[in-house]
Order: sequence, then structure tokens, then C-alpha cells
Amino acid sequence: MAIKASAVLERLVEGVMSLVEIPINALERLMGRKRVPYLFLAPNLVLFGIFTFLPIAISVGYAVTGGTNLFVTDRPFVGLDNFRQLLSCQDYSRPGTCQESLFWTAIWNTFWFVGFNVVATLLVALVTALILNRAMVGRGFFRAMFFYPVLLSPVVIGLIWKWFLDRNGLLNAFFEMMGVPPHVFLLEVGWARFFVVLVSVWFHMGFYTLILLAGLQAIPKDLYEAAAIDAASRRRTLFAITLPLLGPNLLVVLILLMIRSVQIFDEAWVLTNGGGPGTANSFIVQYIYQMAFGSDLRLLGLASAASVLMGVVLLALTLVQLRLARKTEEI
Amino acid sequence: MAGTINPVAFLGRTRRRGRIDITDILSWLWLIGGTIAVLVPVVWAGLSSMKPEAEITRFPPSLLPRTTQQVVVPGYDRPLGLWTVTIDGESREMAMVRRIGIKAQMVDPENPAAPVSVDARTISPVQKLTIATENYSDPLERFNFLTYLKNSVFVTVVATILTLIVNAMAAFALSKYRFRGDKAVFVLIISTLMIPLTVVMVPAYMVIVGVGLVDNLWGVIIPTVASPTGVFLLRQYMLTIPDELIEAARVDAASEFRIFWRIVLPLTAPALAVLAIFSVLWRWNDFLWPLIVLSSRENFTLQIGLNAFQGEFSVQWHYILAMTFLSLLPVTVVFLFLQKYITTGIAGTGMK
Repeated sequence: MAIKASAVLERLVEGVMSLVEIPINALERLMGRKRVPYLFLAPNLVLFGIFTFLPIAISVGYAVTGGTNLFVTDRPFVGLDNFRQLLSCQDYSRPGTCQESLFWTAIWNTFWFVGFNVVATLLVALVTALILNRAMVGRGFFRAMFFYPVLLSPVVIGLIWKWFLDRNGLLNAFFEMMGVPPHVFLLEVGWARFFVVLVSVWFHMGFYTLILLAGLQAIPKDLYEAAAIDAASRRRTLFAITLPLLGPNLLVVLILLMIRSVQIFDEAWVLTNGGGPGTANSFIVQYIYQMAFGSDLRLLGLASAASVLMGVVLLALTLVQLRLARKTEEI
Repeated sequence: MAGTINPVAFLGRTRRRGRIDITDILSWLWLIGGTIAVLVPVVWAGLSSMKPEAEITRFPPSLLPRTTQQVVVPGYDRPLGLWTVTIDGESREMAMVRRIGIKAQMVDPENPAAPVSVDARTISPVQKLTIATENYSDPLERFNFLTYLKNSVFVTVVATILTLIVNAMAAFALSKYRFRGDKAVFVLIISTLMIPLTVVMVPAYMVIVGVGLVDNLWGVIIPTVASPTGVFLLRQYMLTIPDELIEAARVDAASEFRIFWRIVLPLTAPALAVLAIFSVLWRWNDFLWPLIVLSSRENFTLQIGLNAFQGEFSVQWHYILAMTFLSLLPVTVVFLFLQKYITTGIAGTGMK
């Protein structure tokens, strides 16, 4: 039965393709063999042009225009007003004194989130990778286990954790067993921020573990053999061989983590009901989203100016990453 | 690569063979603790999704999905809950008629004429294991979840097919031809890796409005089809296909398109499979872009529907968790079967 079905499918594909072939072959003859690669590239480049390069150009257009019109050509030119509005502030450390206090709240929230998340994820991923790199039973199982959350959707993760942290959830049940009074974790600023970081580490650490593990397995084994002959202590082996040789990988992972952490949105949005409590977990992407789509105001100019600023930061991080990646290859 | 153990390296790392030292124990604790930390929230949500509405908010919660057993007692028009009551040191199963403060009025189902009053703090419900299948069937019938599911499948399948075709074509041109500007095109495509959606989402939305695809599933699909990671992955793989094969086909007067789809594409199957897996995961889990593009309920994907649903029915956890689990299931199945390809694919390309 299965064989029959696949044979039918094959026939079908064959038939469709031979039909598709006719016009393409004609086009090929018309253009000449030399220009065929352009034909193959066309769909991709058209899509990139329309949905990536055009938006970049429009982005700049939005950032220097005001009003609420959607189409750039209908918007009045305001120069750098949007940037001025975002950046005018009496005291940058206190968002309340800024003209766009929400923007600065988001910046500071993102700043602290990136800091804690990068350090925590890197540490957890590194320790896990080092342990998994030891020859041991069940390595494949554990590697798969830690990787599993990476594949889940941010909405699913947000909801699963929201339920886990519910007033009637498992964590509170555990707290009660221990004699600790229950908490409404996601409505208390400190706890909510803590759990946004924890959920993020839980979600993504498997991915970074995998990259670091690949780096660890690329370290030449004879170095460890030499260390064993010299009766080097395990600590010395770690600090004199493993970590220095893993260094470039660690740096790449660090930058990658920073790039991704700056863009925190999906799972935090679901978990904290849109950045709550209050604005304690409102991050920069959320600010852009809310300015542009969150209300009927459609402050596209402000949103785009914020996007451009974030884009510049991300671009700088990416350039550092590329540089490091090139260096890694040279080694 | 991963599974093989070099015996010499093995000795080198676990010094003193056969002796378990403190780092071995700590390693195992870390791994087992980590596994529990990964599993507990997921399994807990799964178990909770099978609990009936009345049970799900009970605190402290029970581990397994259970319901209080009900009995029909003559003289009472609705079924009564069954409780274990201890009277005079003898424990019996009785039905609860009503509860006032700390007093509960109980009745023996066999002898309904003589109710007794007992201390409500001393009784406990008689429960049995049940799975509340209505948590799954109700939302599918009543809350459009079947539509969301259909939309998600449509987006995932169509976007994946288009992704494979469009990017394989570009990768073929970039790996098997030399033409004016080939390097520039490659760099241009790869450079778009640096521009995440979060940076261009506002103008990208304008483009979608401009081409008339707002609140349309095609508006979710088309902008994500051209993928720089896809081009890169496939091109690297196609570079390993020997050019002699293509030359031989040209001698046989095969058209370039025929060479692409009869020779190169089948040989690229492993890389195409990896890209297909990634593509399915991206689309199935995608959130921010569909959230921006789609506005009417009948066009929601599962993730958007789930998010909207939890916002509106934030107390209906039995439904929310059931639908969460439904959305998690395909990914889990894919993972169970393709775990090895996914992990080695990611370790090899460093992408997600």
C-alpha cells in the first residue's frame, strides 16, 4: 500500500515537472545558457528585495517622518524629531524623567535581562557541555533531553510555565509543603523578572550546549593523552587545555546569545501577560511592537526610530561575531 | 563522531579507572537534576490538561487527573459527591448533601432516609482516575481550534515546500555556475542574516499591506520563504557534488533545469531534509510575524489562537492546557524520531 502511494506520488511529481519543464526550457533557450543562473536566482532575489531590502529602506523613511499614515510617501518629513523624542532625557538612569519613559524602561529592562540571561545561560550551557563531553553512558539521551525545549514554541513555553507558576500551581504546592507562604509569582516584580530569565535559560540552554559540545569534541584528543601522561590534575587540564581551546567558541556563543537576548519578546510576552507586572518585563521589541501595532495610534515613526537604534546595536554585535568567526577559522 | 569513545582518551579523562570520585557524582546529579527540570513543567502541564474543570484549580493539587466519584441517591435530583466518612471509628462511604461551615450533612446511599451531620474537616473525597477528554474535544468544536490547526498545517506545509524549492534553486546557481556578480549575490544574501525580523517588522508590515496580503495566510508564508540560512546550508552541500556529473549530463544535451531537478536535487536530499525539519519547526512555532499580519480569528494559526484564547479565557486552564499540549505534540513526535538529525544538523551549521 505504502509503496503504491509513493509510486503514485512519484508519477504525479514527474508529470507536473515535465509540464513545468516546457516553459522553463523555452526560456532557457531564449536567454542562452550563460544567463540561466540568473533565472535560478530570480525568485530568491525578488523575495529578498521585496521583504528584506525594501523594508530596510522604508525603515529609514519611517524613522524620519511623522504622523500616523501607513505609507511613507503620505507622511510629513520631521527630520530627526523621532530620535530626539526617544533620546531626550534628564537622567537616563531614571526612565520617569525621560520624554519617552516607556522606551527607557524597556531599554533598562532589556539591559538587565541581557546581562543576567547571558551569564546564566552561558554558565549552565558550559557546565552541561563539559559534563556531556566526558565519556559516559547515556550521553545521547541527556543531550537530547536538554535540547528538547529548544524545539517548542514560545507560546507553549510561556503557557506551560505560567501554569507551573500559577497561584494553584505545582511550585506553590511545593512551597506549601516546605512551609513557605504561597506567592503569585508573576505578579511580584522580583519573582516575575527572575522567572523570565529562568524560563529563557530553560528554553535556550540546550542550543548553546550543543554548539559548545561540538567545539569541545573538536579539541584534539592527543592533547588530553599528553596531559594524562604528565599526570596533570583534572583542574589543570580544564584550565590549561579545554577552556583556552574552547575560547573562540565561547566568544561566538557569547555574542550570539547577546544578539538573541536583545530581541527577547515571544515567551516573555506570553508568560508575563504583555510585560507585567506593570512594565517590569517590558522589553525593547515589545516597545516597538506596541508603538506600531499595539494601539490605534500607530506611532510608526517612533517605532521605526527605535528599530533603527536596535538595528545598529545588533549590527555592531554581528560584525564582532563575524570577526571572531573568521579568527576561529584561522586557528 | 559523537557516539564513539576513544579508549585512550577515555582513560585520560576518567583518571583512576573504576573509582567513582566526587566529580562523577556531581556530574550525574547535574544531569539528572537538569532532566527533571526540563521534564517537570512539561509533564505537569500534560497531566493537568487531563483534569476536569472542577479538579484543576484544587490546591494543593493532586498529581494525577482524578475526579470525585458521584452517586445517584434516591430523593435527590442531582448526583451527589461520594466522601469517606469516619463514624465511631468505622470508615464508610457516604454522599454529601450540603455543607454549612464546618458541618457537612451526609447520607448513606443505601439508606437515604437518615442524614447524619459530621465534621467537614474529617472527611475526604472518594476519587477515581479519569481523563477529561472534553478538555480536548470542546475547544476543537467550540473555539475554532480546528481552524487554527488547519491554518498552522497549511502555513507549515506550503512554506516548507516553497522554502525548499526557492532556496535550492538559488543554491544551485551559486554553487554550480560562475557568472558576473556571483560573489556579490552570495554576500548580499548572507548579509540578510544580520537583519532579524524584529528590526524590520514595522516596514515589512507596510509592504504586506502594499501587496494586499494583510490578514492573509500567504502574508505569513511568502516573506519567510527566501531564507539566507537555507541558501547557505544547501550551497555548502551542493559544492560537494562533483561537476563532472553535470558536465556529463550537458554532453547528453540535458537542459539546465533538467540537470537541476534530475541530478542535483536528488543528490542534495540529506541537506534538503535538514532544511525541511528546520522549516517545519520555524513555521509551526512562529509567533511575532503571524501576530502582526493576522487579525481575524478564522485566519489565526495555532500559536496566535492559543495566545488570544489565553487572554480571553484566562481562568479556563483546562482548555488552555489541552490546546497547549495539542500544539506541542507534533513537535515532540518529530523530535523523538529525528532527534539525531536535528542535533547533528545544528551542531554542524550553528543555526536554529
